[in-house]
Amino acid sequence: MKILVCICPVPDTTTKVAFADNNTHFSTAGVTFIINPYDEWYALVRALEFKEAGIATDVHMVTVGKADAEPVIRKALALGGDEAIRIDAESGDTFTVAAQIAEYAKTVGYDMVLCGKESIDYNNGSVGAMIAELLDMNYIGFAAKLDVASGVATVVREIEGGEETDTCALPLVVSCQKGMSEARIPNMRGIMAARTKPLKVVASAAISAVSSIVAYEMPPAKSGVKMISADNMDELVSLLHNEAKVI
Amino acid sequence: MSVLVLVEHTNGAFKKKSLEAVQYAAHIAKETVTSVTAVAVGNIADAAMQELGAYGAQKVLNATDARLEHFISRAYTKVMLAAAQKEGAKVIVGLHDTVGKAVSPRLAARLGAGLAAGAVAYPDLSKGFVVKKTVFSGKAFAFVSITSDVKVITLMPNTFAVVKGEGSATVEKLDVSFSDADFAVQVKEVAKASGAVPLSEAELVVSGGRGMKGPENWHVLEDLAKELGAATACSRPVADSHWRPHNEHVGQTGGTIRPNLYIAVGISGAIQHLAGVNGSKTIVVINKDPEAPFFSAANYGVLGDAMEIVPKLTEAVKKFKAGH
Ligand SMILES: Cc1cc2nc3c(=O)[nH]c(=O)nc-3n(C[C@H](O)[C@H](O)[C@H](O)COP(=O)(O)OP(=O)(O)OC[C@H]3O[C@@H](n4cnc5c(N)ncnc54)[C@H](O)[C@@H]3O)c2cc1C
Ligand SMILES: Nc1ncnc2c1ncn2[C@@H]1O[C@H](COP(=O)(O)O)[C@@H](O)[C@H]1O
Repeated sequence: MKILVCICPVPDTTTKVAFADNNTHFSTAGVTFIINPYDEWYALVRALEFKEAGIATDVHMVTVGKADAEPVIRKALALGGDEAIRIDAESGDTFTVAAQIAEYAKTVGYDMVLCGKESIDYNNGSVGAMIAELLDMNYIGFAAKLDVASGVATVVREIEGGEETDTCALPLVVSCQKGMSEARIPNMRGIMAARTKPLKVVASAAISAVSSIVAYEMPPAKSGVKMISADNMDELVSLLHNEAKVI
Repeated sequence: MSVLVLVEHTNGAFKKKSLEAVQYAAHIAKETVTSVTAVAVGNIADAAMQELGAYGAQKVLNATDARLEHFISRAYTKVMLAAAQKEGAKVIVGLHDTVGKAVSPRLAARLGAGLAAGAVAYPDLSKGFVVKKTVFSGKAFAFVSITSDVKVITLMPNTFAVVKGEGSATVEKLDVSFSDADFAVQVKEVAKASGAVPLSEAELVVSGGRGMKGPENWHVLEDLAKELGAATACSRPVADSHWRPHNEHVGQTGGTIRPNLYIAVGISGAIQHLAGVNGSKTIVVINKDPEAPFFSAANYGVLGDAMEIVPKLTEAVKKFKAGH
């Protein structure tokens, strides 16, 4: 089984978000980029577990981005995996990202494509399903458990107000989330090994974006907290009813 | 030409968030001088479908097939494609939930359409087609300009209040030619969290953190939640320590929720936790530490011990309900 894991570089979770150029660009000054947690903790680790268990033969990881995305995909290599691929394209809208990955995936032929349930910067949660459509593959979103036996995947996934168990013959695209595996920390050996592992740079396919971000806006500042005495819960209830109008 | 909207139901009753989506579609249809066609999947009473007219739909296309009992992204995408073709849809609305996030991107990819995922406002048509959405897990908003001919939007649930108006929609059957491959994903088992309010759809949420000290204290939160008709949630360390099930974990790496009221008890308010809840309309924080960062993200705060305050709050809610 050949697995492709989609790795998205995102700003560290503690980043103070700020915008530049009249609020038209996310300001990356001083921002540390990490692997999107869903991609790292769940999709990648589960793929590595498949490899360790002898179920997967190859684990490749792909990122769509310019050269500045390389340190992040190197971090992924330090955790394990056989090969990293950077598709040399701006990570524009979700459609171009998905289409670039789909074009590349076609040239290799993967049995499974794993991605995160969403990127923590743009929060689209769209790339996986788009890849599936472009490759005419089946897709299961929000997977919390993933097993493969005899070419059939069994997935426990989140649904509205519960969970369900699905089965599907490979090939399959799965978006991964909490529950699937335990986060790992790269060790020194992994970091050293990553230096010699191949990082393949692939030219981008001719794909044009169908959307773009034209501006950003910060949410209005909270007007400040109103403190209520612990002995006066009637007042809190009355404020929630009369002022906030939520109960 | 029309605005298409996928509506979801439970046993034939349309979900509130779907009515919201119909209303949202109706607003776009009005601005673009066209009509709204809702697409409903499964066996639903005609009367229920006609009633979507009261929220702005002129027509409902109903696809029924025994194999559509469960949600399968590929099959649903086929349904939407058939409907889009039939109606010549230019704008296709879905919800930013587990269904919409699987169907809408597939549809967009197939149609070469731009996608605005997680819209929190009506599209601004004065500058083309620009949709406001949340980014950076609620820390900011982005304005997405869609340039393709067809536009796909997923609406963040609980963004607009739903107002019922007048009107009745016409109902038509939608024929879809499926292939077996569309049903390659088989649903073997469904486990619904019974009785309780599903977290993703809850308007009121009571949530606990490590400050609750242990699972044996959760009953005070459950009592409050029951009194309010609220769902329960928790911080990540709480789920990691197995005090609560993982599906209750909210935040950057857990669920994202936007309830009307979020009551955070014994939660410090780390930035990764806030990322999952800062879309809540009103936030109440109960914490014994006046320096807890959560207070600066809150509308109302109560300083003190959770085990003393929460039961008092539950009593106050009880009293309030008795008087109303
Ligand atoms: C990449 C990454 C992703 C993460 N994702 C998430 C996520 O999705 N969700 C999440 O929640 N966290 C997440 N975290 C962890 C996050 O940083 C915090 O560690 C976590 O939210 C803290 O949980 P807590 O507030 O329950 O516990 P604590 O930080 O230990 O806070 C406990 C609070 O309870 C208060 N308290 C104690 N006793 C009482 C009492 N008797 N009465 C009232 N108050 C009391 C304390 O004053 C304190 O404020 C993530 C971290 C990282 C690095
Ligand atoms: N630039 C990218 N390169 C590789 N994979 C990506 C990229 N952007 C998103 N993904 C993958 O798609 C998932 C969902 O991202 P999104 O649709 O942007 O929320 C992420 O968790 C990644 O697995």
